[in-house]
Amino acid sequence: MTSYLDSERGLRSWLLTHDHKRIGVMFLIATAIALMVGGSFALLMRLELATPESTFVDPDAYDRLFTLHGVTMVWLFMIPAIPAGFGNFVLPILIGAEDVAFPRLNLLSFHIYVVGALVTLLGMLLGGADTGWTFYVPYAAGTPSAVIPILVGVFIVGWSSVITGLNFVVTVHTMRAEGMGWFDMPLFVWAVYATSIIQVIATPVLGMSLALVGLDAGFDLGIFDPARGGDPVLYQHLFWFYSHPAVYIMVLPAMGVVTEVVCTFSRKNPLSYSVIAYSTLGIAFVGFLAWGHHMFTAGLSTFDAAAFGILSMLVSIFSAIKVFTWVGTLYRGSIAVTTPLAYVFAFLFLFVFGGMTGVAVATTSLDVHWHDTYFVVAHFHFIMVGGTLTAYLAATHYWFPKITGRRYPERAGLLGAALVFVGFTATFVPQFLLGNAGMPRRYATYPSQFQGLNAMSTLGSWILALGLAWALGVLVVALRRGERAGPDPWGSACFEWRTSSPPPTANFEPKTPKLVGCYDYTRGAEGRGD
Amino acid sequence: MELMREILFLPPGASSVADELDALHFTVIAATMLGSAVTFAVALRFIVRYRRRHAHEPTPRVVAPRPLEAAVVTGLLALFVGLWGVGYRQYASLRLPPDDALTCHVIVKQWMWTFVGPEGRRSQGILVVPADRDVELRLTSRDVIHSLFVPAFRIKQDALPERITTSWFRAERPGVYPILCAEYCGAGHSRMRASVVVLDAERYARWLDDTELGALADLEGVPEFQIGEEADSTAHGREVAARYGCLACHTLDGQPHVGPSWRGLYGSTVELEGGGTILADDDYLTESMMEPEARRVAGYATVMPTYRGTLGAPDTAALVELIRSLADEGPAPEVELPRLERREPAERVTRDAGAPGSDAAPRERGAR
Repeated sequence: MTSYLDSERGLRSWLLTHDHKRIGVMFLIATAIALMVGGSFALLMRLELATPESTFVDPDAYDRLFTLHGVTMVWLFMIPAIPAGFGNFVLPILIGAEDVAFPRLNLLSFHIYVVGALVTLLGMLLGGADTGWTFYVPYAAGTPSAVIPILVGVFIVGWSSVITGLNFVVTVHTMRAEGMGWFDMPLFVWAVYATSIIQVIATPVLGMSLALVGLDAGFDLGIFDPARGGDPVLYQHLFWFYSHPAVYIMVLPAMGVVTEVVCTFSRKNPLSYSVIAYSTLGIAFVGFLAWGHHMFTAGLSTFDAAAFGILSMLVSIFSAIKVFTWVGTLYRGSIAVTTPLAYVFAFLFLFVFGGMTGVAVATTSLDVHWHDTYFVVAHFHFIMVGGTLTAYLAATHYWFPKITGRRYPERAGLLGAALVFVGFTATFVPQFLLGNAGMPRRYATYPSQFQGLNAMSTLGSWILALGLAWALGVLVVALRRGERAGPDPWGSACFEWRTSSPPPTANFEPKTPKLVGCYDYTRGAEGRGD
Repeated sequence: MELMREILFLPPGASSVADELDALHFTVIAATMLGSAVTFAVALRFIVRYRRRHAHEPTPRVVAPRPLEAAVVTGLLALFVGLWGVGYRQYASLRLPPDDALTCHVIVKQWMWTFVGPEGRRSQGILVVPADRDVELRLTSRDVIHSLFVPAFRIKQDALPERITTSWFRAERPGVYPILCAEYCGAGHSRMRASVVVLDAERYARWLDDTELGALADLEGVPEFQIGEEADSTAHGREVAARYGCLACHTLDGQPHVGPSWRGLYGSTVELEGGGTILADDDYLTESMMEPEARRVAGYATVMPTYRGTLGAPDTAALVELIRSLADEGPAPEVELPRLERREPAERVTRDAGAPGSDAAPRERGAR
């Protein structure tokens, strides 16, 4: 049986492939490069912030660094990495399909992503934008920096996101294996499905708002210029109407990964399948109605603030019940502590902490002090890095044997997880305190009383970088030297482990087995019904 | 409370709302730490208790009891809604200034803070206010969005171009408190700092009469600041006034013409068409350029066009500077000139009849 890796050879066979697995792998490589680029910007920023005054980059350069860090991490890494990377690879297998519904569009999505990323990169080489990833007008409409290529790049990448989302929605609706009902699907599929819906609905609003800012900046149309009757606060509404749900585009697939990893390594059914599935949809829906909590100090009416405040609290309820269900899943399980599970434990701690600080900033009166300070920076990095990045790393280790056919060394993997956890905590806990102390974000220089905490954070960023480099090194070495993995190295009941590693082009050969009981561990390995 | 503040690196609370806000802060942070610690501890206990003893062992199918799930959801919902309720009550009181508050104007631009105190005294880099008085801030920006942040008072409010937003505080103790810009506004963002100087009643009175700044002399930590205006803005204002034909209708020498003269206008109280009076300050002058009909000085015809879209923010600012520079020259000697006949268009009469005093009602453009 030839695997998808060996079926064809040569660069051309990859760049023009219609195989969802190869497209997924290409997305994983491209997004990993984006992670390294965005991470380098972050390290440079932290290095500059080790001292209060400008030491090795001036404020102009610093402003470009945080803009490019945000743009790269959000649009080139965080949004596509799990859905377009791992989603592409495993989603069709998990529902017993041979491919996605529109394989050619799937390839187009990757090509669009690459073009968008290259345009964004061109913008960086032309000097980069200094607006922040939020592109707030009127500043963004008048900045002398290269904001237009960056806006165009992000606009193009948005199309990739829409096409992939559409593809997954149709795939899940029409291509489930015979006899597989909605509630027989693995929960990762639910997560990617809900994410896809957000991508399809919200991304066009982002494209539209960025296009308007681009027209303002390029042709001086004055769409958001208050002197000509425009409204800069309207831009903030439009931007956050996309960008708040975008947080759930980033975190829902991560939650899907957590569910799969917890079930596999505790050999247990999820404590409540329906609670996880419905809360996924609930987050996707209520997530659309919470955007105004980014604007509590922008002059929003107190009534609006009250409404957005309570809607934000509702999102936290859905997340909290998921955490309860994951922890409950461990109860009476058979738990093996492996690298993916170690990352998931880090996720649980950091996500609860990050989520509860989300409740804190949704408390309107407290947000007045915290808004636009390092407290908010720490809060969303707890969700984005502590949550999504650790889940991404869990997924990378969890599906590594399936994607490459090889195993990584477990002890080395665990060491990476420990370094990432320690480095992350050391980087971002001081930032909560900086926010309390009153240090605003996007500060190239700062009053000297903030130096101690900033220096701790910088030190933490080096440990975090070391952890990530270590994890990458372990996986790269394992790619060549790792021992061969069988079809099911983890003893999982989930469907992707019922085909060879790496899978053949058609996913299951000679034919798709009957896919039932993805979380059934009541009978041991031999007793399952395939 | 001070100990908790130190642990959490919060600056000492110097405003009337700080204690109440910080108490909620401590509650939320305690819940956060407790929540993550409990989650982690329970997960850890399960890992140890249910560690895998041999490969492929079967496990029982466990489904969450509905009552337990319901209890978790209800408990957390009650906590979150409770936090929201307390927080919202505080937020509303943070947003609505008390009725008898002193008014200060805050005019921001890249990268400078200008303050006009309650008695009309103007300063850059320092806002001087009396202790134990409610002070309302009316903010506007001359270019991009900025945000006034006073960590010690726990307040923050964005300043938007062509719009007035409000905030308020009551400083409880004399002292010097940093102001930081919290909304990213370009290369000078992180250096856009200023201070609130809170004086006791006696010193504040000295500050009001004293041109030598003796009232501020021995205060510690007062950073760089300027009293007065920038040198060249009135020249720029004259140029703008000439370019846009303002001087066709407004004179600089005190003679009323098609419109009110600018001499002695700033800081004076003018009578409005349809009744009522208003202080001719930065807000009012800006509004009159953008929406001349919103509140028109009594006795002048409806001939001024709107300059919205024509005058950019720096030009508007320069014109206000020019008008302000003419404030101290006082009104010109009264000269009897034939006033223009007041002719009220028919529809205007009916509108005024329908909503008496509607033109005079203060308009809050910031809060909708």
